[in-house]
Amino acid sequence: MAHRSEHVLGVDQLGKLIGVLARKGYEVIGPTVRDGAIVYDHVESAEDLPAGWTDEQEPGRYRLKRREDMALFGYAVGPQSWKKYMHPAEVRLWSAERQGGTFRILNNEVKPQRPHALLGARACELAAIAVQDRVLLEDKYRDPIYDQRREGAFIIAVQCTQAAATCFCASMGTGPQVSGGFDLVLTELIGPEGHRFLVATGSDRGVEVLTELEAVPATEEDRQQAEAGVEAARQQVRSIDTTGIKELLYKNFEHPRWDNVASRCLTCANCTMVCPTCFCTSVEDVTDITGDHAERWRRWDSCFTQSFSYIHGGSVRTSAKARYRQWMTHKLASWIDQFGSSGCVGCGRCITWCPVGIDITEEVGAIRDGGKDGNP
Amino acid sequence: METLERIIAEHPFFHGLDKDFIALMVSCASNVRFEAGTYILKEGDPANTFYLIREGKVAVEVFAPQHKPIIVATLSVGEILGWSWLLPPFQWKFHARAVDDVRAIALDGKCLRTKCEENHDLGYEVLKRFVQIMEQRLEATRLQLIDVYAVKR
Amino acid sequence: MIMATGITTDPMLPQPYSVRDVAKETPDTFTLRLEPEIAVNRSSFQPGQFSMLWVFGVGELPISISGDPALQDRLVYTVRSVGQATHALVNRRVGEGVGVRGPFGTGWPAEAARGRDVIVVAGGIGLAPLRPLIYQVLQNRDDYGRLLILYGARSPRELLYRKELAAWARNRETQVLVTVDYGGLGWRGHVGVVTTLFKYARLQPAPAVAMVCGPEIMMRFVTRELENQGLSRDNIYVSMERNMKCAVGFCGHCQYGPHFICKDGPVFRYEQIRNLLEKYEL
Repeated sequence: MAHRSEHVLGVDQLGKLIGVLARKGYEVIGPTVRDGAIVYDHVESAEDLPAGWTDEQEPGRYRLKRREDMALFGYAVGPQSWKKYMHPAEVRLWSAERQGGTFRILNNEVKPQRPHALLGARACELAAIAVQDRVLLEDKYRDPIYDQRREGAFIIAVQCTQAAATCFCASMGTGPQVSGGFDLVLTELIGPEGHRFLVATGSDRGVEVLTELEAVPATEEDRQQAEAGVEAARQQVRSIDTTGIKELLYKNFEHPRWDNVASRCLTCANCTMVCPTCFCTSVEDVTDITGDHAERWRRWDSCFTQSFSYIHGGSVRTSAKARYRQWMTHKLASWIDQFGSSGCVGCGRCITWCPVGIDITEEVGAIRDGGKDGNP
Repeated sequence: METLERIIAEHPFFHGLDKDFIALMVSCASNVRFEAGTYILKEGDPANTFYLIREGKVAVEVFAPQHKPIIVATLSVGEILGWSWLLPPFQWKFHARAVDDVRAIALDGKCLRTKCEENHDLGYEVLKRFVQIMEQRLEATRLQLIDVYAVKR
Repeated sequence: MIMATGITTDPMLPQPYSVRDVAKETPDTFTLRLEPEIAVNRSSFQPGQFSMLWVFGVGELPISISGDPALQDRLVYTVRSVGQATHALVNRRVGEGVGVRGPFGTGWPAEAARGRDVIVVAGGIGLAPLRPLIYQVLQNRDDYGRLLILYGARSPRELLYRKELAAWARNRETQVLVTVDYGGLGWRGHVGVVTTLFKYARLQPAPAVAMVCGPEIMMRFVTRELENQGLSRDNIYVSMERNMKCAVGFCGHCQYGPHFICKDGPVFRYEQIRNLLEKYEL
């Protein structure tokens, strides 16, 4: 890390941090409790943060539970990722009006956007943002919508000090330790020394913000407690063995396990919606009732839908088997050839939010074990 | 006869056949011509010959009462026309029509199949060559069957 | 969107073109000639590239450019009416507008093929994306070796560019062979799948480059036959088709193994995608 000097902030400084960011022109987005889940939304003050809440996650199961302390970041990850702010679920690309036999394009400029401050980004989420950067900014074309949002974003990472049962970032090499891609990084510390945060900076912008807060130099005890926290988060029950995973999946394009998983998969697309790296969109035209105005919208889409692969005459991937295989093989294997890294960051959202509890780590394991019947 | 011998000996179809067998083929061979539009063979007729096309194009046709004849394949220079002489009931299954003026070498299948029965080494050599042609035509037929260029609705 | 190469027009924004001519090729296939409404727009493209064509109020879809790359005042497309958007396109009248995005994607290896024999194998509408390449080779005849064009269609009345096929055959060192899957009595040409034409081709495989476009099944058996004829996989190119929404590598619809067909294709070296072509529902 470039800016290694560490400080400590009292819990009361969190509200101040939010205030400083707002004053600097950021819209602060952070975790908050809504509809029985921790979601990312606008936060006005530290009051909006999920104090004393944690999440319990299992395949197909998510529950909020009270903690014994008043930790603000005492959960793993919620259903949403920062994707909804960087790569919005729907955005109008342009509108047009009919002019005689032809047309005129209007409103094609990228709408100016108040920059976001992302409060509480986890290591896996920073890895996911880096993956989306590669897809949307670092290829032949740059997506101006993502570019603008990404460019302006101020990122406050928060180290995980516990893992959910669905987490497997340690095995994907993306966490739990945050190691870059932030302006500020916090580690929440609760103990006899009080409720406080170890803070380090990752950019000049981060240093600027920190100077406006009442920070004191960190002690050795603070550092040790923080390290112990991250170490605790490293204890994860799930993992993917990534050794030769690309070849493994390429070689097993035909494997009975695909039929097995297809018999459970509802092709509901939940996994792709909650996945922080899935980037697919559709481009749709809408025309008003007069037929004189048209708008082009970009919306999240999913390779789990039948229409996704439609070419005249029919869809290429008609079976659930082909669609699950496409998603998982792309995510874990062809992504590496295409973008130079895995498309999976080990956040576990696809496991938790699958209505039938399909577990990607278990599916990879089953293919690796090479069972002929495809049974778990 | 000398030209016939050379043509047969140099034709890929007979490639690798030993000298005696080539001589035998030549003894069963004769030059033939068909004017454009004439039928070389007709469905149901006895099949006692096959042809090695030297010039022109031949259309293999099928017809049904309610359809105009359909050309299912064309054969041209260097290709072999006809294998029904090899197998009972020794009858043609399709029409073959000369599209242009056609020059060919006709080989006496009736004579050849008797020789093949007598000498299975010859029989195997002949069959091996015809199986290859059948395999190619079967593959082509399958691909036509798929109707790859049709619009699926 | 800003292209890395510095071209600043937004590739997501349709440019207004108007229809200048619509010519019927077959009962369901038409060739449209479009010219830009803003005269400063010059339409340069590489043979094999495609555009996204948009009909106001109907929709947008990828169509290969089928015109002469030397004529930069126009864009020409050959469109088969198979669905709502293509139907709307072929029914555009002269003077009406069409939105054009692009050109996108990779082209045929016209440069790499210089000094070598060129084998063009097309099936059905697949001749359209190859026609610009044929124009380019014929206009620079001395830069290339022999040109061999093998073309298969369903039936005689579904053959594209019949007059041009005959004209191309009159060029020196150029052989054009045409076949149909089903011929009527009036048809004096070949009947049989396109691979049967190789028997009549004067082919020298060693220095040749082959470019193949047609339905995927057809391309599978053609590439196999080209290998039989002695061409190496490195010298065979194919053009692929998948669903496309954005054409710039963002929407994910044309994902094909590790490739985006819109950006890494549509023209691929056969060696790149050989293993993918054989996979069902990839």
